[in-house]
Amino acid sequence: MRHVVTAFGGCIILIVLLAAIFAPLVAPHDPFAQDLMQRMIPPEWMDGGSPAHPFGTDQLGRDYLSRLLFGARISMAIGIFTVITSGFIGITLGVLGGYFGGRVDDVVMFMITCRLSIPLILVALTVVALVGSSLTVVILTLGLLLWERFAVVSRTTTMQVRNLDYIAAARAAGASRLHIMLREVLPNIVSPLIVVATLEMALAILLEAALSFLGLGVPPPLPSWGLMIAEGKDYMFFSPWVIMIPGIALFVLVLGINLLGDGLRDSLHAGRA
Amino acid sequence: MTCVVELRDVRREFRAPQRVVHAVDGVSFTLAEGDVLGIVGESGCGKSTLARVILGLIPPTGGEVLVDGRSLASMDRRERARLIQPVFQDPFSSLNPRHRVRDIVRLPLAAQGDIPAAKQRDRVMQMLERVGISAEMAERRPAQLSGGQRQRVAIARALVLHPRIVVCDEPTSALDVSVQAQILNLLAELRRDLGLTYLFISHNLAVVEHIATDVAVMYLGRFVEQAPVDALFRDPRHPYTRALLASVLTPEPELGIPDVGLGESYPDPANIPPGCRFHPRCPMAEERCGREAPDGIVRHGRLVECLLA
Amino acid sequence: MTPILEAANLRVTFGTGVAAVRGISLGVARGETHCLVGESGCGKSVTALAIMGLLARTAQRSSDVLRFDDYDLMRMSEREMSRVRGDKLAMIFQEPMTSLNPAYTIGSQMAEVLERHRRVSRAAALDRAAELLARVGITAPGMRLKQYPHQLSGGLRQRVMISMALMCEPELLIADEPTTALDVTVQAQILRLLQSLQRELGLALLLITHDLGIVARMADRVSVMYAGEIVESAPTAALFSAPSHPYTRGLLRCIPVPGSVRRDEPLGSIPGVVPRIAPGFVGCAFRDRCDHAIPDCARVVPRKSAAPGHDYLCRLDAA
Repeated sequence: MRHVVTAFGGCIILIVLLAAIFAPLVAPHDPFAQDLMQRMIPPEWMDGGSPAHPFGTDQLGRDYLSRLLFGARISMAIGIFTVITSGFIGITLGVLGGYFGGRVDDVVMFMITCRLSIPLILVALTVVALVGSSLTVVILTLGLLLWERFAVVSRTTTMQVRNLDYIAAARAAGASRLHIMLREVLPNIVSPLIVVATLEMALAILLEAALSFLGLGVPPPLPSWGLMIAEGKDYMFFSPWVIMIPGIALFVLVLGINLLGDGLRDSLHAGRA
Repeated sequence: MTCVVELRDVRREFRAPQRVVHAVDGVSFTLAEGDVLGIVGESGCGKSTLARVILGLIPPTGGEVLVDGRSLASMDRRERARLIQPVFQDPFSSLNPRHRVRDIVRLPLAAQGDIPAAKQRDRVMQMLERVGISAEMAERRPAQLSGGQRQRVAIARALVLHPRIVVCDEPTSALDVSVQAQILNLLAELRRDLGLTYLFISHNLAVVEHIATDVAVMYLGRFVEQAPVDALFRDPRHPYTRALLASVLTPEPELGIPDVGLGESYPDPANIPPGCRFHPRCPMAEERCGREAPDGIVRHGRLVECLLA
Repeated sequence: MTPILEAANLRVTFGTGVAAVRGISLGVARGETHCLVGESGCGKSVTALAIMGLLARTAQRSSDVLRFDDYDLMRMSEREMSRVRGDKLAMIFQEPMTSLNPAYTIGSQMAEVLERHRRVSRAAALDRAAELLARVGITAPGMRLKQYPHQLSGGLRQRVMISMALMCEPELLIADEPTTALDVTVQAQILRLLQSLQRELGLALLLITHDLGIVARMADRVSVMYAGEIVESAPTAALFSAPSHPYTRGLLRCIPVPGSVRRDEPLGSIPGVVPRIAPGFVGCAFRDRCDHAIPDCARVVPRKSAAPGHDYLCRLDAA
């Protein structure tokens, strides 16, 4: 049962990833093409829908399915690149602090505490005010801010591993500290970090949606799912599909990531025991 | 007689809030080439800390360690690795579970930085064969090996650089009895064949008697007795040594359990008693034992730190 | 006098397909010390857990007879077992640090045992606890009762475990490697304590260990276990003077005795490793490591008698 659920999560992610990669080939229309004559057409399965626009159109007449598919690119890009950035920062800090202890660890802990005290929205506001909003800005902002869980988990696991005899043996063998951290410690702390990565990915995607909803994230006319929800909120009661479709897409993607992460954590635990 | 290892009043403290733990509290000895110094002692005596200081893994807070006349602290990691290597107690945690056996044994060679890859491979396979690990097992990961096999791998790793000194910290304590002897026999053979010098730490007196040339008994951070092995076992002088020997339960059914007479208090390296550090537990203690410390008393060529010996 | 503990053909198989215990039979007489000796993986700890009913639910336990005093242990529910455990049937484990709950004081853990089984007040239970701590040689018991496990040394903790096991005056104490984690000087003290308690209380002791030295000095009877079976069972003196099973002989050869160690000879050892047995295994489990194995050893092995009360599981005659 566990395996089915995990595989299901994996499939969802795969589908979204494929949609993101092949969006230009699969999307029926240009996601930016506006046609005010075709605005607010409902999805195909509702009254008034048409097969030309399977998911309907938005308030500017843009095809919703196309926007959804291109929006997948944004969500996946956010998810992947943010995790790479925050992972790199967090793991480096955590391993350094956990391995060296003492003052180095004090500095790392201080940095983590500072990071935890920073309100994300405020930073996003400031950054946007200074630099303007774009996909790159969002990725960098989130990547530079979302590393604390990586740091905490790397630090704790490094501290556990550091006292094991094989680390002492590696030091006695004359290995350099860099070698020990990269080749002796890191492979042994990877499993919980994979789980953290999936959690952070889901978090990053949701945060981007939230930021875009607030106007602090990806700028229009990019088809970020969060932005689509923001733009559709005025039509919530009469044309609910405008916010429901991107909302469901977000939910499904994050669900998939969480299911995969859960499954990975369980199977990695079982592998150990 | 070349003196391979020399310790001069080595001390190591650990500071915790409101406590100072004197793990090693003034240890001095010399080891000649080919000697096996067996260090026996119970928990809290500091033998594992001493091992790590000698290996260069933690610096001493006092005194110095000399190898071949040179101070250990002055050597860089590579030079130190060429001279001293460890074999640890727990075969489950002394090998990196993510690496294959051949890579584990190759690490000391790779860390030297100047040995060509092909030569590394050859020496690894040679050493593995010597300790009884097949080429097929070399491709496996530690989880697929038994405790005895893992310990053999640990020995191969320790010897692959042909060090002068091997520090064995309870190398057989975590193994089954029937396997312990295999490993001990292997260690003895290798010592003869490769001309090694061992520091052999164990709480098992019989094992130490079998492999050591000299024995030191450690208590609360110091050697309280040190003598050649036969002399120590036949004629133990320090009350603690006698208590230790008396506590060993040999498989002789008629003898029952001995009353060692040590009392209930336990040794705490953060609270070393004044005077003779053993006096609170000593069945022979006199009043002056609580005042005078019997440091470094040598009698008849043997070290016995006891005012009454 | 019927034995206080009797097991016949006890089997334990784990869900993973490992046959940990493969049909063992043993009996412990009242007031007797019976040692179950073997190396890691032989199934001795699993046997103890099977007797106590403490196996995981995925383990399958079966036995023709599993009787403690008047209780049929195979038929009892978990609830009935929990009434017997800690009361007449007590157990102490190897690692006193993990057997004691670090979050509670010694006093409250000990008192809880008596409160649960005998319905006495906390004050009465603490009195009894203090009495027992003194009995096991702990000074200032009142102070100790208020301490937490981490404040005590290993030897003290094990003494606390023993006194906790004695709170309800058990008739049988199962001790699983009680001194393995302790220093050798402390071990001697703890074992002496167990012996004197036994004599005083008429307590039967099932002592599980891998240390033949302990066996020789403590046991009245010995059962040697290998790969889930009892390969030899005898009174202690007979086992050491006339070991009949090749594994027992091998084990005895492996043990160096201080004072009579011959440095010129290598230590005795048994080549190979203890096998993992899947259900359906037939024949002698020791055959791959035995010097005297013959092809017939792959068939069902008979249980032979070397002397009255001394039997062993081997095809060969004890030389």
